[in-house]
Amino acid sequence: MTHTLHRNGDAASFGDDYVLLAIPARGYNDEGSVEKLRTFLRICAAHKPVNMGSGDLGAYHPSPGSATSADWKREPDYEKAIASVGKPNSVAAEFDSKEKLVAALRDVIKADLGISINLSHSVEGAHQCCRDTDIKRHSIEYSLGFMDRHNHLPNSQVLEISTMCGHGMVSHNLVEKMIASVKENERTPEEAARYLACFCPCGVYNPARAKRLLEEARTRQR
Amino acid sequence: MHIDREKCVACGNCVAVCPMGAIYVDPAIKRSTINYDECVECSTCLRNMSIFCPVAAFSLEDVAWPRSVRREFSNPQNGHPSTGITGRGTEEVKTNDVTNRVGVGEAGCVIEFGRPGVGARFRDIQKVTMALAQVHVQFEKENPLTFLIVDQSTGVLRPELLNEKVMSAIAETKTRIQHVPEVLDAVDRISREVDTVLAVAVSTRCDENGEEKVLSALLEEHGYSYKRAKTNLGLGRATNTKKGDRA
Repeated sequence: MTHTLHRNGDAASFGDDYVLLAIPARGYNDEGSVEKLRTFLRICAAHKPVNMGSGDLGAYHPSPGSATSADWKREPDYEKAIASVGKPNSVAAEFDSKEKLVAALRDVIKADLGISINLSHSVEGAHQCCRDTDIKRHSIEYSLGFMDRHNHLPNSQVLEISTMCGHGMVSHNLVEKMIASVKENERTPEEAARYLACFCPCGVYNPARAKRLLEEARTRQR
Repeated sequence: MHIDREKCVACGNCVAVCPMGAIYVDPAIKRSTINYDECVECSTCLRNMSIFCPVAAFSLEDVAWPRSVRREFSNPQNGHPSTGITGRGTEEVKTNDVTNRVGVGEAGCVIEFGRPGVGARFRDIQKVTMALAQVHVQFEKENPLTFLIVDQSTGVLRPELLNEKVMSAIAETKTRIQHVPEVLDAVDRISREVDTVLAVAVSTRCDENGEEKVLSALLEEHGYSYKRAKTNLGLGRATNTKKGDRA
């Protein structure tokens, strides 16, 4: 699952985007890993992430209902996300600052969970976080970006916002609609960012970065 | 996926929600309608119905093989029966500190099809798997797409799948580090012949000091730039008391 690797943007634009992932290896350390995954998320929750999720449920996921509601205006529900961990799978927490990420990572290291932990960020930024926490990196997967020979992709303004859900659940059309609604002052950038975060079922969508990008989009030409 | 026409009030809220742009309001019947050839069964509409559909008009339909492959590759909550993993169905180097999937001197070459927000037909995916087979990569066996390859020496996929469309699929391969440019060149060439977008990643082990200077130098030498990465922090270890089939 490369669902956070190919976020669009330059290295500087990831300054408020740090994804910490925990994942057990099937057949190697998945026995008893559900509680470890919950512990990981609890540790992260203590450091004020901007989102988190279990792969089955993100903290912004709307409650099932029979009619449209203002559910998307609510605060993220971290306890619900933690409780939703039911099987050995990847879980993730999203931070909007290096300070929060490093503090959470220090506590994760201390907990010695024994499952694989990954940091998705800019190459150099992640390396610096490892130096700060005395971690020697084991492996690295570089994103080389997109090959779009037939111009299928929308402009970079849309891509930066939509690719934060790597599974593609945040549609380009919906991002364009949110940009338009922010420009027309129908929604605030924060409301639009939270609405978009609802569509990411894993909880890796970064509403703080989305809010900043939507604020920038309000006054920027394509 | 199904839209109940008796419930639908043609508000059009669902149109922008669909990642594939497969929903439209049909002017003839004045109801939201799904283009089933373009729908990848990702369930984005159903999962989030409570925040955009005032009448809860969406419901899940049973789908049979080969259409069922759309759901497996498009709905991240569905899980892949072949690997037992949700999302895109593969661990890649995220568990490399435990599995040693990509060993010293090796590189993983990971080609994702259809992402972001474009989707891909298996006939296009097959063009790339066939190109990859020609440069003698090793297809990762714990990967859902590998399960659909009939012959790994040719990269040919199951023929009944070729017209099926999915949100994304990942070809996960392995080669020696020095062969990475050859693999990337092959992907670059074939990318001109496929009607979708490719997202490309390469992975490798760091040295005992946590440094990685071999693959990155090779990439730079061949003109590839990289800004973002997923870094495995090396905190995992094998702890199962029973040895699984992979261990």
